[in-house]
Amino acid sequence: MSVIVTHPIQNIIAEKQSEAKPIALEVRNVVKTFLTDTGPINAVDDVSFSVRQGEFVALVGPSGSGKTTMLSILAALLTPTSGQVLIDGQDLARMNERERVRLRREKIGFTFQSNNLIPFLNALENVELMLRLNNRLDKAGRIRSAELLARLGLGERLYNLPSQMSGGQQQRVAIARALIHSPTVVLADEPTASLDTERAFQVVQTFAALIHENDRAGIMVTHDLRMCQYVDRVLQMRDGKLVRIYETRAEILALAQGGEH
Amino acid sequence: MSLAFYLAFKEIWRNKGRFLLVSLVIALITLLVLFIAALGEGLGTNNREYISKLDGQLVVFLEKSDYIISASRLRQSTLRAVRRVEGVEDAGPISTSSTAILLPPGSKNEVLKVSLLGVEAGRPGFPQLTAGRTFLSATAREVIVDQRVLDRTDIQIGDTITVRSTQGVEDEFYDLKVVGTTSGQAYFFQPSIFVTPSVWEKIRPKSDAELGNTVAAINIIVVRLKDSTQIEQMKEKLLSSVKNIEVADIQTTINNIPGYSAQQGTVQTQGGFTLLIGILVIGGFFQIQVLQKVPQIGVLKAIGASNPVVGAAAVIQISLVTAFGVAIGGLLTYLFSLGFPPTVPLFFNGAASALALVALLLIGPLGGLVSVIYAVRIEPLKALRLS
Repeated sequence: MSVIVTHPIQNIIAEKQSEAKPIALEVRNVVKTFLTDTGPINAVDDVSFSVRQGEFVALVGPSGSGKTTMLSILAALLTPTSGQVLIDGQDLARMNERERVRLRREKIGFTFQSNNLIPFLNALENVELMLRLNNRLDKAGRIRSAELLARLGLGERLYNLPSQMSGGQQQRVAIARALIHSPTVVLADEPTASLDTERAFQVVQTFAALIHENDRAGIMVTHDLRMCQYVDRVLQMRDGKLVRIYETRAEILALAQGGEH
Repeated sequence: MSLAFYLAFKEIWRNKGRFLLVSLVIALITLLVLFIAALGEGLGTNNREYISKLDGQLVVFLEKSDYIISASRLRQSTLRAVRRVEGVEDAGPISTSSTAILLPPGSKNEVLKVSLLGVEAGRPGFPQLTAGRTFLSATAREVIVDQRVLDRTDIQIGDTITVRSTQGVEDEFYDLKVVGTTSGQAYFFQPSIFVTPSVWEKIRPKSDAELGNTVAAINIIVVRLKDSTQIEQMKEKLLSSVKNIEVADIQTTINNIPGYSAQQGTVQTQGGFTLLIGILVIGGFFQIQVLQKVPQIGVLKAIGASNPVVGAAAVIQISLVTAFGVAIGGLLTYLFSLGFPPTVPLFFNGAASALALVALLLIGPLGGLVSVIYAVRIEPLKALRLS
């Protein structure tokens, strides 16, 4: 199986490059409050950060720290109670449902932990689906989809259904689907949770390479700190708050070597 | 190809076995509904066919007979009185009874039961001939037979048939010469044979008390109007001009044929319940399917598929599966119908079958309505929360 290998040093280069690039995603003082039987709970509490084009960021934290809620807000699936989320300068809070659906379709790429692919579409069709959704599927789009899958080592699996592929292969198809329509932001929700260690490293490594190469802003929610070695920055959340940002390569590698949460 | 159709078609194509199974269930429901509709139509036709083809607009009954043909007895004087009413173009008597034609030895059955109808040649109530001629005289021992009689026997024009009739407590046999044929004239579930009123009175089954009768008893009088749009006005006019009668239009007469309304109601209820079962079966299947697809629909919405696309895909999918099932069911019904003997009262009336087919095509979307609404309401967050 061929995978794209990117040495961590390349991430450092990417980080340096991305510093000069425009901000793709900006989060300003976002609060998300849920009402529960025991009273209101801030699942996300005054969180601010930004991600530039070509930057791959990990969102980590223990279970219940608010990282999935944060990802849902970034994906325009949840509306923050207060604060702003700007993608390409557009404020999500000011959008109606129809505009949010359009934003998800055009400017966001998504990979999920599981149930990622549409089971009755083959690998190529799953990737092309994003172009269909955006009414941009043409001959060139079909060729690009096939080429992207081939780059991800799935050239022989174009016409395989998800049920005929391993978890790792499915995740790579999902990565291709998340990138094929050139979104501004690519979001990944625990992309390695259902994979064994070797496959998990390969998938994240590939993901990071494509984020850098295509100049997208990538955000990955993960509980597996070992995966952080491939990202440019790590945002650590606890109890809904952003408690620490790991920015230097040394800090990130030290965190990654610490293993799982 | 629209995205909704693409998603609907791809899912069916990649799960052909599962969807074919649902289509086959719909096909069986279609078969059942069409057969029930055909049976209803067949039974109804066998019961009312002659009456529904009467070349008149009104039917005169004896007063207080409740529009029941067999309960009505009219005099010849009433017939003359009706003919004299202004606005009446013509009026014809109809006398009804039941008898049996003897079949040649070696036939499957000994006799063929028929409706014996006494009618005047050329008057309302006289059937349209498909071959042969009318009666030579009012007393001629001649008979015109329905095509259904010919279908079930080897009788031809020119043959002599023997009618068995109970006179008092004895069986008597009467020979009648077949001089003409007509078609589509079933009455009271039997094919009809037509004779003149005087012959009818002679050969009809009679009780001991009736044996001396020579004047034909008339059950009803069919009235053809000069202006067929004046039905209600002429009804009132007849009631005021002729004593001891009640008047009904053709449809009322049909509805009051003994057992007709109850029978049609029963058959229609069966058809309705079959459709209801179809709705529940299809609804159940698609609901289970949507429940199984919650994460998948969540992912679709999360990556930007709109509610109209998700809803339309579900509706298109249900419609395609239903249409395919109805097509198979229609084909099966047609093939089965070829094998049924003419004695089975199945009548595939175009309008009734079309109505049943439209109802069948609607049961899919109706049955799947709940699942479509459920699919549209699935939150895209399910893609994350379930992960």
